[in-house]
Amino acid sequence: MLGLGDKHTNSLTMDQPVPSSLLDTGAQNIISKPLPRYEGAKKVSGTARYSAEFTAENMAYGVLVGVGHGSGTVTGVDADAIRGLPGVIDVVTDFKSFLRNAGQGGETKAPTQGVEEVAYFGQFVAIVLGETYEAARGAALQLPLTVEPAEGRFDFDALKGETDTPPPNNIPAHYTQGDLDRAMAEAPLTFDATYTTPSQNSAAMEPHASLAYWDEGKLTIYGSYQIPTKDAIALAKALGVSQKNVRIVAEYVGGGFGSKLGISPESAAAAIASRQLGRPIKCVMLRQQVFDGTVRRSNTEQRVRLAAEADGTLVGIGHETLCANLPDEDFFEPAGIGTHSLYKGEHRVITHDLVRVNLTLSGSMRAPGEAVGMLAIESAMDEFAEQLGIDPIELRRRNDPDKDPEKGVPFSSRQLTRCLEVGAERFGWSKRQPKATRRDGEWWVGLGVAAATRNNLLEKNAAKARLNAAGHLFVETAMTDIGTGSYTVLAQIAGEVMGLPFERITVKLGDSESPESSGSGGSWGACGSGSAVYLACEEIRNQLAKKLGVDPDAMTLKDGMAIAENRSTPIGDLAGEGIEATGEINPGKQKDAVTQASYGAHFAEVAVNAVTGEVRVRRMLGVFAAGRILNRQTARSQCLGGLTFGIGAALTEELIHDVRNGKAVNHDLAEYHVPVNADVPQLEIEFLEERDVHSNPLHAKGIGELGISGAGAAIANAVYNACGVRVRDFPLTLDKILPHLPADLPSA
Amino acid sequence: MHFTINGQAYDADLDIRTSLLDLCREHLGLTGSKKGCDHGQCGACTMLVNGRRINSCLTLAVMHQDDEIVTIEGLGTPENLHPMQDAFVRHDGYQCGYCTPGQICSAVGMLDEVKKGWPSHVSGDLTSAALSDEEISERMSGNICRCSAYPNIVDAISEVAGLTPAEREVAGA
Repeated sequence: MLGLGDKHTNSLTMDQPVPSSLLDTGAQNIISKPLPRYEGAKKVSGTARYSAEFTAENMAYGVLVGVGHGSGTVTGVDADAIRGLPGVIDVVTDFKSFLRNAGQGGETKAPTQGVEEVAYFGQFVAIVLGETYEAARGAALQLPLTVEPAEGRFDFDALKGETDTPPPNNIPAHYTQGDLDRAMAEAPLTFDATYTTPSQNSAAMEPHASLAYWDEGKLTIYGSYQIPTKDAIALAKALGVSQKNVRIVAEYVGGGFGSKLGISPESAAAAIASRQLGRPIKCVMLRQQVFDGTVRRSNTEQRVRLAAEADGTLVGIGHETLCANLPDEDFFEPAGIGTHSLYKGEHRVITHDLVRVNLTLSGSMRAPGEAVGMLAIESAMDEFAEQLGIDPIELRRRNDPDKDPEKGVPFSSRQLTRCLEVGAERFGWSKRQPKATRRDGEWWVGLGVAAATRNNLLEKNAAKARLNAAGHLFVETAMTDIGTGSYTVLAQIAGEVMGLPFERITVKLGDSESPESSGSGGSWGACGSGSAVYLACEEIRNQLAKKLGVDPDAMTLKDGMAIAENRSTPIGDLAGEGIEATGEINPGKQKDAVTQASYGAHFAEVAVNAVTGEVRVRRMLGVFAAGRILNRQTARSQCLGGLTFGIGAALTEELIHDVRNGKAVNHDLAEYHVPVNADVPQLEIEFLEERDVHSNPLHAKGIGELGISGAGAAIANAVYNACGVRVRDFPLTLDKILPHLPADLPSA
Repeated sequence: MHFTINGQAYDADLDIRTSLLDLCREHLGLTGSKKGCDHGQCGACTMLVNGRRINSCLTLAVMHQDDEIVTIEGLGTPENLHPMQDAFVRHDGYQCGYCTPGQICSAVGMLDEVKKGWPSHVSGDLTSAALSDEEISERMSGNICRCSAYPNIVDAISEVAGLTPAEREVAGA
């Protein structure tokens, strides 16, 4: 087997901790460095190509047509009415195979199909094909659809008495420990309040897009997707073709935030139309269609109960939640996921129940669970601290458990209290005044804090690395970079293990035909794909040592040279015709042996206008501990994004459904208010030093969603501190604040 | 129809309904300008037309046959970046990169507006606009970045504008 062009594999299942990492012993010293992005020059020059920017010979344009009813049966698609329009090629409908709902994150089964029955307003029933985009779009707007309307379920508030309990997803829908009711009855201090959060949309800047073509029975889709490996399998099933006959390419993805985890309806529509027409079809969703027909974060109603001893130590914690989804979809917003292990409390009830509605599919949006669950829990902790008359940081410190309060196992690493303390010092928390006592002109000013936690997940991932004779390393995995920094951190991991500078590494991502990857989602991307790259490079490293006849530990790799026994050899020379290795990481017993999560603390200073109730965020600080930080700059940027999603969730983002037909009335970027530049002050991010030997060989944990988890609660708590108005119904728009504002400063 | 884009002449046979953005993306292979909303709401399609920043999705190509159009491709190339592009890379003024060409074109156009003395909503003095972080944030609020690189975008622009730390902190009215 020795010789040129060797191929090797290196597989690791996380059944036990990995006590030492090559990232700590590497000599290249590029891991964790704030290096500019690998693909930076391409992105800023407009030469990075996103899905809709590929083209194919004889390509036609497809525009989807959604139905203008929220429930009923499609009885007619009058294609003849538009077929004669200039430039229109055809109208394609497939009542059986079109996707009714987008796919859920991580699914490999086909999404719900069949579009004759209307499950929600805007559901796509046809694709209009044109020689130009203008012809297709113009005709799509005129396509007559007839629908036999039916009664639908559109009003969450009216229907919330009728619920069902969904099957588990990453947590069970219901969890009970001890007797919370009794704890609430007997504890000296209790709290019981209900919070609500609205529907939200990921609103990634790039609309969902697929360019589909068939070549000898094989489908290729340039598609804006987060998980090409699984999405290709799901699409193959939806189309009834073999998995090897579907390829998804997603070299660059213009943001996802969960909305592109699963395949969305344009993929199947473009593929079916392309097969029928015998031409490549490009279909890009209109922005309104992204809101109408992909996926939303469900609205929630969350009851929080806390029971404590006189000193504030929790003996009971309840987090009972309602969310909504379509009748045949069991995904529930896991609002209580963070609550399972965040605080002490022997008596616990954490539940999730579903209200069935005819509204756009509910699915994953950035930090499913924590993002909205922590709005409630961390607001409640703030309210409870006020009730107890202790500092909210002190209340959290007293309730920071030393082991998982449900499973009884240790935490892999946990610096929650440390994050709060470091943040308090840096933010000037000690200067926080009692509520409604600080004024700056016509603004009430206040400070707020909240904890951050986000579950750490590891999924199966593989990667291939190949070192050539020139000493250049090629890394390949079906992972994606959706703005997360995957290209960059994978190059840094490979560079550190292989002793290669950035410019001698090529990273290829976003192709379902590359080694399988969990893709980008759930904050698992960097750790999973990074571990696979690490293992592939470790194996190449071992092979280089073998060729030198030394122990790998006795060899140093730096700047393309292998240094051992006082000799320095170019690694390209050792590679001969190339060394190729596949790395594979699998989750194992560590998943249950320890509880793994990233932690942090959010601090916010806000100003509330005493006249209008307008809230402005003046400054924010996030302190985070998430194991090894792979690139301090891209990790910081992820956290900036998380905090900003928190600003949106706290103050502006609300997808409003018409209760008569379920239509998302504010389905565009002018009416659905994501934060803009002027809404976001200079945000500060600090990372605490940490290594997590239980998580993976990188000793890193997920960070992409940590920044949003709790961020909005810090803002809501700051609003309360500023003006004394507690709003439990997110977002905190001024109409909810204005009627309750104090008349003015209390007299001294 | 005839166009001048990035100093280069183009001919195109277009449907009269074609937007300036779709002309570039679908007919000329200039895909650097992005389509985020097609309604002038997000700014991803921002181009410079006769030196002024505009939402190219909101204007028809046919109206611009006599104009000088500059897209992101005309500002710089990967090998030879414009100072604003370079600053965006160094300050990580992007993540997914989809809004980025629009942000950069917008920033270049915006600095020129300030140079001409155009005030903004937050300008304290309507006759002599001076740049600050607050002014940059206000003037760049037509360009949405969902990844939220806003603080880094402001850093990049203020560096290109040559602002001192003290100048950056000046508040408006």
